[in-house]
Amino acid sequence: MRDPLSKKIVQIQPSGIRKFFDIVSEMKDAISLGVGEPDFDTPWHIREEGIYSLERGRTFYTSNAGLKELKEEISKYLERRFGLTYNPVGEIYVTVGGSEAIDNALRAMLDVGDEVIIPQPCYVSYEPCVILADAVPVIIELKEENEFKLTKAQLEAAITEKTKILVMPFPNNPTGAIMTKDDLADIAEVVIKHDLFVISDEIYSELTYGSNHVSIASFSGLRERTIVINGFSKSYAMTGWRLGYACGPKAIVDQMLKIHQYAIMCAPTTSQYAAIEALRNGDNDVENMRNAYDRRRKFLIKALHNMGLKCFEPFGAFYVFPCIKEFKMSSEEFAEALLNEEKLAVVPGTAFGNCGEGFLRISYAYSIEDLKNALERIERFIKRHRK
Amino acid sequence: MSKDIANKKSLNKGILDIIGKNSRFSLEDLAAMLETDKETVEREIKAMEDDKIICGYPALINWDNTDHEKVTALIEVNVTPQRDMGFNKVAERIYKFEEVESVYLMSGDFDLTVIIQGKSMNEVARFVSEKLSTLEYVNSTATYFVMKKYKEHGIIMEAEHDDKERMLVTP
Repeated sequence: MRDPLSKKIVQIQPSGIRKFFDIVSEMKDAISLGVGEPDFDTPWHIREEGIYSLERGRTFYTSNAGLKELKEEISKYLERRFGLTYNPVGEIYVTVGGSEAIDNALRAMLDVGDEVIIPQPCYVSYEPCVILADAVPVIIELKEENEFKLTKAQLEAAITEKTKILVMPFPNNPTGAIMTKDDLADIAEVVIKHDLFVISDEIYSELTYGSNHVSIASFSGLRERTIVINGFSKSYAMTGWRLGYACGPKAIVDQMLKIHQYAIMCAPTTSQYAAIEALRNGDNDVENMRNAYDRRRKFLIKALHNMGLKCFEPFGAFYVFPCIKEFKMSSEEFAEALLNEEKLAVVPGTAFGNCGEGFLRISYAYSIEDLKNALERIERFIKRHRK
Repeated sequence: MSKDIANKKSLNKGILDIIGKNSRFSLEDLAAMLETDKETVEREIKAMEDDKIICGYPALINWDNTDHEKVTALIEVNVTPQRDMGFNKVAERIYKFEEVESVYLMSGDFDLTVIIQGKSMNEVARFVSEKLSTLEYVNSTATYFVMKKYKEHGIIMEAEHDDKERMLVTP
């Protein structure tokens, strides 16, 4: 028999999270701070709208780009929250989660051998999706001393004549880092100077603390070279509904839409109806959840500092990224030992790129009670292992 | 100075948001969540108690799940307001009864909603006929017994047994 497999796919590594997930699943009664999704249920009025759409028999395909009403609400929302203006016809389409939009954007813009700059640590799917698009990932290792922000110098150093796209994963999973308006201004300048395009994954844009999220697409000259990706998973606690969207210049969106059309057809109809309700009447829910996350964030940071664990203060998403280098263990060893000894699962930083070595991702998408319980375990663990 | 006032307002709002849902957090925990110190939280809580912003810390009990019988009734009461006192004087005479859980002045067809809790329907009925409806200025009452409490103070009384299948580790 011939080899049934594609060499391209075979060379892609399974996600490091997957491996750790398998270990955790074997462990009975383990508790976890390892989850990358909100602990809140989707607010009831949003769920109720989904149910209502089913009752009314709205169970057909929608148009490829998504419901007109939903695209209009997305357009209004982006303007209201981030000052971005996108025409609901032609510049916005609805995807199966932000993940699909990432894949669509890369495939629509890349040819064989193009280079894509990916700042790591970051979400796990950019790098494999670049490979799927026959292009070459170029990794920038973000540094703790820069609060895991992307710097102009790092970006400049990574650019070659083949560089086509810069992925901007902020607010960042797993570090919680954000890029302020000033930080982005530096990056925008380099992007224009080198004629790059940007895929800005802003899925955590509602979860910033102390300042509002700024989209790189809002800079002059950037709108025409940026695809903005966002969605409902994190802001409205709607991960299981699988709904996201992409916005950008019509010429790029048209091509992305072709991939979406042939691979997916359209995003789930029920989810689209629920999402209309989320955008129309969900601002309060978002604020309440953001406030709750912010309290947990402060609580967690203080507790980690009290234990003497080095951890920069993150202002976005729902993760902290403490440094564990003092323990002379790799991130994986640390996470496995913590799981074995204290039955607590956290994700090794290396799951998000090699430069995550020496760090852990701890999620605070958990109640204060759960966090307290977990923190006791961490404290016991580090006391035992600190020399 | 105005910044201090704004900070204090947002701190107090934060305290109320948290303890409004769960008043059992320690002062240390509250301080950590609100990025301040224990003494400040303690001082602000004391001040809000003095100002009757925080009026008490009762636990929310579902008596249906105990061996002790409790009956709750909602009573609509029509009263004649009194000169100079409006409804307050009548309300006071009603809320001072120990059985009375809550008294609200209402807009609409009747004046006061009185929620009372007794050991039995008999006890409640006796209270209404002997104490409440005989009060001067009370013109009429209509009593509704509560059959089942689903949700109170924002808390669902009978937790749905729905083991969420949230995965332990996800990207």
